[in-house]
Amino acid sequence: MRYSALTVLTQALRGHAGWRPAWRNPAPAPDYDVVIVGGGGHGLATAYYLAKHHNVGRIGLLEKSWLGNGSVGRNTTIIRSNYLLPGNLPFYELSMKLWEGLEQDINYNAMVSQRGVFNIYHSDPQRDAYARRGNAMRLHGIDAELVDRDALRQRIPYLDYDNARFPIQGALLQKRGGTVRHDAVAWGYARAADRLGVDIIQNCEVTGIRQERGKVIGVETTRGYIGAKKLGIAVAGASSLVAAMAGLRLPIESHVLQAFVSEALKPLIDTVITFGAGHFYISQSDKGGLVFGGDIDGYNSYAARGNLPTIEDVCEGGMALMPMIGRARLVRHWGGIMDMTMDGSPIIDRTPVENLFLNAGWCYGGFKATPASGFCFAHLIACETPHKVATFYRLDRFASGRLIDEKGVGAQPNLH
Amino acid sequence: MRIACPYCGPRGLEEFLYHGDASVRRPEDGGAVPDQAWTDYVYLRENANGPHRELWYHHAGCHAWLVVTRDLRSHDILGVTAARDEA
Repeated sequence: MRYSALTVLTQALRGHAGWRPAWRNPAPAPDYDVVIVGGGGHGLATAYYLAKHHNVGRIGLLEKSWLGNGSVGRNTTIIRSNYLLPGNLPFYELSMKLWEGLEQDINYNAMVSQRGVFNIYHSDPQRDAYARRGNAMRLHGIDAELVDRDALRQRIPYLDYDNARFPIQGALLQKRGGTVRHDAVAWGYARAADRLGVDIIQNCEVTGIRQERGKVIGVETTRGYIGAKKLGIAVAGASSLVAAMAGLRLPIESHVLQAFVSEALKPLIDTVITFGAGHFYISQSDKGGLVFGGDIDGYNSYAARGNLPTIEDVCEGGMALMPMIGRARLVRHWGGIMDMTMDGSPIIDRTPVENLFLNAGWCYGGFKATPASGFCFAHLIACETPHKVATFYRLDRFASGRLIDEKGVGAQPNLH
Repeated sequence: MRIACPYCGPRGLEEFLYHGDASVRRPEDGGAVPDQAWTDYVYLRENANGPHRELWYHHAGCHAWLVVTRDLRSHDILGVTAARDEA
């Protein structure tokens, strides 16, 4: 069923009795030409773009629990392409362009809202750093504006401009940045991939990777053995665990990142704002909750929940930026597991094991990358060469020294 | 999460800094050639799901380096020793 205003109207007149499940729930076939492990945003996007743009035969996607249970449903929904380094800029801009056309492409309302992203700066050196970033963006054809204090005050009057420690001087603005309804991204890609014939198999956990003479031939799962001519791993949060099944050690530590939602308020924050003197970012959902977050907790974890010192730190950042939120009650907070790489940038590459492809290491910035990640990973699996905007995301860059370290902090995953 | 420092007793997490996997060993040769042993030491991690030996620094306390064994699934701390006793 194609979704449109007409379908909604017809269904309304028929008491909404005619809606069908958005995707099938098939039993796994004995084998597939391509198996994607991971039913999060990146895995689903990969399956969709494989089916849409590449002629690779039958595609199966395996998810250990339900679609979108992982980080695609746990993030703070922000999209942007305001990066600095040449290895990152074209990739994230491709992602932004795919977001802009996503809903028409997959026929699903993902609530893509280009409400702008303001990165606030608080000092002269920070203004220079943001100006440099904005210039790098513009050189790559990406929109960026430096907004001074007066213009910012007119646009966002409720910030603490005269904070004694962190006075606000202005902001770097990317107008095309914004937010997207994260669950709808998973559901939309799942539905679109399913319509192109991809078998999406939930509650099917991969427990082993079967190899023959250095080549992957299939996966052991909780629902039996499934043969695979090619295997793509897109399981951020558990990348090291799945890669270990093929005997690989990755340059990744798993860390916990918390996110927060306040009680629902009337429309208040109509954009995305990030604090420059600490780590804090905030937007408001259509339900009215303030959605915000900050740093990762900073220690290895697979527990998907964090500790109180980080919550205090995030809330302090929020209070320093916009004291008005001090009266809002925090109603929910949760944790998700991040693949923190040693340079803070992702990996989309082949592996030393033949027919095994890896999409991993998204740190805490994977949501905005979802469309381009799927697009480039599909290209890699089908063509066996990297897509031109993802050539820097190699697995061997750690050995060769070609790191992509946006923050410049070295091989300390908890600092990226 | 509270860590029982062998010198200071149980203290809150905010007193400690984390420095990652304690099981990696710096290559002996100290050489300038970036070979596989150095790549392994600097970048590659086991990152298994379960008990994890890791380094913590008691920066807001006694400044001792500690080796903490912690279950990554539950954050339960299974043991704390001074790093100098492990070396």
